Formats: sequence, structure tokens, C-alpha cells
Amino acid sequence: MGEKLNGAEIVIRFLKDEGVEYLFGYPGGAVLHIYDELYKQEEVKHILVRHEQAATHMADGYARATGKPGVVLVTSGPGATNAVTGIATAYMDSIPMVVITGQVPTDLIGNDAFQEVDNVGITRPCVKHNFLVKRVEDLATTLKKAFHIATTGRPGPVLVDIPKDVCRQSIKYEYPKQVSMRSYNPTTQGHVGQIKRAVKLILSAKRPMIYTGGGVVIGNASDALRQFVTTLGYPITSTLMGLGAYPAPEKQWLGMLGMHGTYEANMGMHGCDVLIAIGARFDDRVTGNIEKFCPSAKIIHIDIDPSSISKNVKVDIPIVGDVGAVLLEMNRLLTENSKTPDQVALAEWWQQIETWRSENCLRYDRESEIIKPQMVVETLYQVTQGEAFVTSDVGQHQMWAAQYYHFNQPRRWINSGGLGTMGFGLPAAMGVQFAYPEHTVCCITGEGSIQMNIQELSTCLQYKLPVKIINLNNRYLGMVRQWQEFFYENRYAMSYMDALPDFVKLAESYGHVGMCIEKPADVEGALKEAMSLKDRLVFMDFITDRTENVYPMIPAGAGLNEMILV
Amino acid sequence: MRRIISVLLENESGALSRVVALFSARGYNIESLTVAPTEDPSLSRLTLVTSGSEQIIEQITKQLNKLIEVVKLVDLTDGSHIEREMMLVKVRTSSEKREHILQIVDIFRGRVIDVNQSIFTIELTGTSDKLDSFLENLSEAKIIEVVRSGVMGIARGEKSLSI
Repeated sequence: MGEKLNGAEIVIRFLKDEGVEYLFGYPGGAVLHIYDELYKQEEVKHILVRHEQAATHMADGYARATGKPGVVLVTSGPGATNAVTGIATAYMDSIPMVVITGQVPTDLIGNDAFQEVDNVGITRPCVKHNFLVKRVEDLATTLKKAFHIATTGRPGPVLVDIPKDVCRQSIKYEYPKQVSMRSYNPTTQGHVGQIKRAVKLILSAKRPMIYTGGGVVIGNASDALRQFVTTLGYPITSTLMGLGAYPAPEKQWLGMLGMHGTYEANMGMHGCDVLIAIGARFDDRVTGNIEKFCPSAKIIHIDIDPSSISKNVKVDIPIVGDVGAVLLEMNRLLTENSKTPDQVALAEWWQQIETWRSENCLRYDRESEIIKPQMVVETLYQVTQGEAFVTSDVGQHQMWAAQYYHFNQPRRWINSGGLGTMGFGLPAAMGVQFAYPEHTVCCITGEGSIQMNIQELSTCLQYKLPVKIINLNNRYLGMVRQWQEFFYENRYAMSYMDALPDFVKLAESYGHVGMCIEKPADVEGALKEAMSLKDRLVFMDFITDRTENVYPMIPAGAGLNEMILV
Repeated sequence: MRRIISVLLENESGALSRVVALFSARGYNIESLTVAPTEDPSLSRLTLVTSGSEQIIEQITKQLNKLIEVVKLVDLTDGSHIEREMMLVKVRTSSEKREHILQIVDIFRGRVIDVNQSIFTIELTGTSDKLDSFLENLSEAKIIEVVRSGVMGIARGEKSLSI
């Protein structure tokens, strides 16, 4: 048997044994024993943030870019409550994360002790699972269960709450290599009969459409997807979360679908006769009005989470399983099958799609004398040759990043799709930069969002993170303003960002490089210069057209074929 | 559509609150809920009665299955099953009506389990419908208190919910 360790030692030893490289956190009373153990070793690198929300977003960004679970350590009470937004963000996008929270000693639990909050209770609705460890005997196995649950099936955040006294109790420690839980055995292999039925339907399609989501990225199924799409020759669109799984420069790619999706993708969805949904969950931002969604389509839905199937839209052929495994099986059947897609019907369908594509729905004024935000993103795409990791915050800039940066690899596009968390972009970019120190990591943000976690510029200096911040500064909470323009008769209630800081000086005061770019002619030069500063964080403040809107747009309650174009 | 869902749950603190929180967070109904450990003390058996469209019931069972501490569940109303609910009723009665009430208790196969000069406490077991009907028939007595256990159920024949 292993050696005798106390709870705090077990936590750190376990993280080491589990292969955890980075721990994003912030110390406090209830976790002091654990921090004391961190101090005595070097394998697990602790990153000191400036706010616990940022710790969770960093771990999240790290997880999205690498596929490995992000790990967070925060103290009880406010440490844990500050982390909640980041936990909920990870939960909505199915990101593997383990959050270790300190708790007051067991004999004080329930006494309204100093910095006590019911961590398990407060996070219950936004975690995949959570644990309160009351005995040191359970600590190592609970941590193992947490990693197991967070990373398998449909991934998600798992919280482990450790009372302070448990950190002091000792027991013999042995790394639990495996864990089995009778109540948790996610399905991975799809039902063979269902897959066969699906392939038959896929091959009978006259107007097919492939619709993919974040599940393809999370499930590392991009290669299988690419083969599937190439074999069939069918058009493909993706949700915001799925961008990059299929390369945007390819001809079969129709762009993103949904509220701010392209004309060709949304019209294709509306007109298709067979819809193949892969690792996507028919979110309301994708479907528009459910009553008008894909009116003539038979729907196949592949998802690892049974509860995602037929939740919003009733489907004809459900397949529960790992998207990668199911796609491999489908590819095998397609190769073996003598039947091939109906080429005549497909050619006609493509002709129709090309008519929609010729609408050129992402056009914008390229001659403008004021910087157009779309142009900044497009130029960034060219300057970085499409190779950068791009994180974003939430709002107009997020949509422009999704529309104009043509991702050709999975895990390069990192944003809060489900929860829509402003303040996500910068810390997420930092998490990515830790994972990939040599790569270019850009955070496309706005002057509203960036201020929600601006304090992390200090963390960036401490750890020398050369993140490139592209601030699309239109002096408005742009998406709010856009809705107010369209649906509230231009009553811009509280959407104007007054009293903005001088971002250049702000960046400089944090020890970074600041730039302010006001003319379209300077955009490319500034981006090139920023990218050449390999080891510096550069804050680029682009003063953009404040009246610009995100198009196309599907208003709430409308169908996918009822878009507002430019 | 009324449904009886029976769940085997890890007998751990907090497991029940996940079930209850799921229903409130997603806006599902709980008409009744009953829970107790089984012959295996590591497992609790929970029976809940809910209602909703077919799609909602499907989501309820899927969402319940997704809870890590749910080991297994079955929708008893899918097949032939037995349901029972227990009720304790305290009624005040006058001497001239005592006989009448005892007759009703007898018809419904209930039992008087406590009695004094003006009070009967009655125990009754059966389907929820039967208990409702019993209460309606007690109209001549003044009902002081009603305690119902909530529904529990079991499948008929060979079928069972066990691990």
C-alpha cells in the first residue's frame, strides 16, 4: 500500500498522478493547506489569476484548445461563487473541467461560518456532477471520479468541495488508476441497425444537408467528418460551436447557420429533404421558429447525450453514441455500399445552393472611411493565414469573428456559445496560450466585454502571455444596440459605453503594448506589427463604425428562410 | 398524461435534491414523490408521479437517467403494474354518525387505528383514485387532517426494477 498522506498532500499528489499540468486558482482561508502543499512542489504549475471567474475561463480555454480537462482551485464562499459563471459557461458548452473548492471545516458546515456557502447546492444546476468530500478516505477516489465524469460521455464541469479539516486528516494514499460507477456508463457505440437505416436514408436524399455542432469538435471527430462529407459530396453547415471541424475554405462549406448564419446555409436548411445533424443540439439560436424549421426534412440525429435527441425538434432516426465512432461506422458502410448518392438530384441541389450563395450575404462596405469591424477580422484572417487560435467574448464582434475568420481546424475557435458569457475572451485566450506557448492566440473582443475581466492583463504580465487583443471598439454594447435599433425604435437604453478608458494607456500601465487604430488604411500594418511582437501582449484598440450591424439576421420568431439581409 | 416513474437512486446525501432540482429547473410537474432505502441499503427507491405530453415525459426520463446518481429507472405506466398509496385521515364525528362512518371505512377496507369520543383516525391503502373517492364519501364527517404517502408502484409479474 501507498504512503500515508494528509488530505492536502493527496490533492496535489493526485493532480500530479493524473497528469495535470496547470492549476488555475486563487488562494484563501479554506484552501491554505492545499496551497501550502503546492508550494512544496513544482510539477503542478499554479497560475494565480486576479479573479476566480477568470480562473474558470482559463481552465475552460485550456480545455477547449487541448481536449484535456481544465483544473481550477478556489477557496470557499466568494471564491466559489465567483467561479460559478465560469462553471456555467463550461457546462453549457460541454467542456471538461474539474473545479476544486475549499469548504469550511465539517463541524462548521451549516453554521453560517465565515466564508461559508453551500458550494454543492449553488453549483448543482450548472455542473455535470459535484461532490462534497466529508472523509479523507473518500478523497482520492472522489477526485478520480470527478475527472472520469468530466471527461467521458458528454463532457462537463465537475466540482469537488473539500472541507478544510479533511485536508488535515491522513490516510494511506494510492493513485486510483481506474474507477467504475454502476450508475454512470455513457453509451459510445451507436446502434448498428439505426446506423444502417440512417445510411439508407442519407443515400436516398435529393436535397441533403449536413448540420454539425460542437460535439464534432469535442468528440475529436473532424477527420471522420471530413471523409463523410467528401464521400457524399453533400453541403455542410455548422453551428457557432462547430466551426473549424470542417475547413471553411472548402467548397462544400456553406458557412455558419442560424440567427446570424449565411443565406445559403439557412435556405439550404429550410429546403433540404434529409437533414443529418451531428453533435448539434437544435438550439433556439439555430432553429429560429421551431414550427417553421426544416419543413420538408427527414431528420437523422447523432449525439452522445440521449436527452439532446428530440428535445427541441422531433427526429426520425436518432443515434445515441460518440459522433466519431458513429461517423467511422457510417464511412465504412458508405464505402462498402454499392448505392451512391443521386448525382442528378445533387447537381440540381448544388445549382440552387449556388444561386443562394451568389447573394453574397456577407458583403459589406469595403470603401468605408471608418473602420468596418468585418474588415478587421478579415484582415486578421489574412495576416495570421488562418492559423491563429481565436477566442472571443460575446456580442457583435463574436458573430463577425465567426463569419469572417474562416477556421480550417478544430479547437481553434474558442467562444462561449451556450451561456454567452461576456468576459470570457481574454482569460480563455490566456488558457490557450498556456497550452500552446508558441502559437498566435488572438482575442477578438469589444470595449464592453473586455472590461468584464480586464484585470487579467496583470496575470498576463506575470506569466508573460503574448495574447493579441483585437478590441472592436464601437463605443456601444453593439448587439444590444442592434436589437434596440431593430425592435425598440432606436431607444438605446444603457447600450452606450460612456466614460471608456484610454485602452492604450491602460495596456501600457499593465506593462503591455497598446495601439489605437482609427483608419482603415492602418489596419493591416497594425495587425502585422502586433503579430511581429512575438513575446509581448498587444492591445489593439480599433475604433470601428458604431452604426454597423450583424447581417444576415433572423428575427426572433421567424423561420430560417425569413432572413434580414444587408 | 399521468405517469408513475420508479427510480433506483444511490442512497447518498444530495441525490434526492438533484431529482427535485431537475424538476423545478426544467419546469416539470411533480404530483407526488416518495422515497426510502431498499433491501440494499446503498440504494433508494423513489417513485414519482408526474404528468405531461409524451415529449415531456421522454425528456423527464432522459434527464433523470442523466443524473449521475440515478442507477436505473422505469416508467411503470408503460406496462401492467400495481400502484398503492397510503392515507391517514383524522375526522371529527358525532355519536349519531359514527356508525355511518364505520360503514364507509368498511366498504373501502380501511381501518380505524385510533379513536376517542369524537375522533376517528383511519388508515386506508389503495390507488390514488380510491383514496380520493373515500374522502368524498366522508362528507358527513369533519375532516381534521389528511396525510398521504404519495404513490408507490411495482410492475406485475416477472418484470422488476433491480440491479
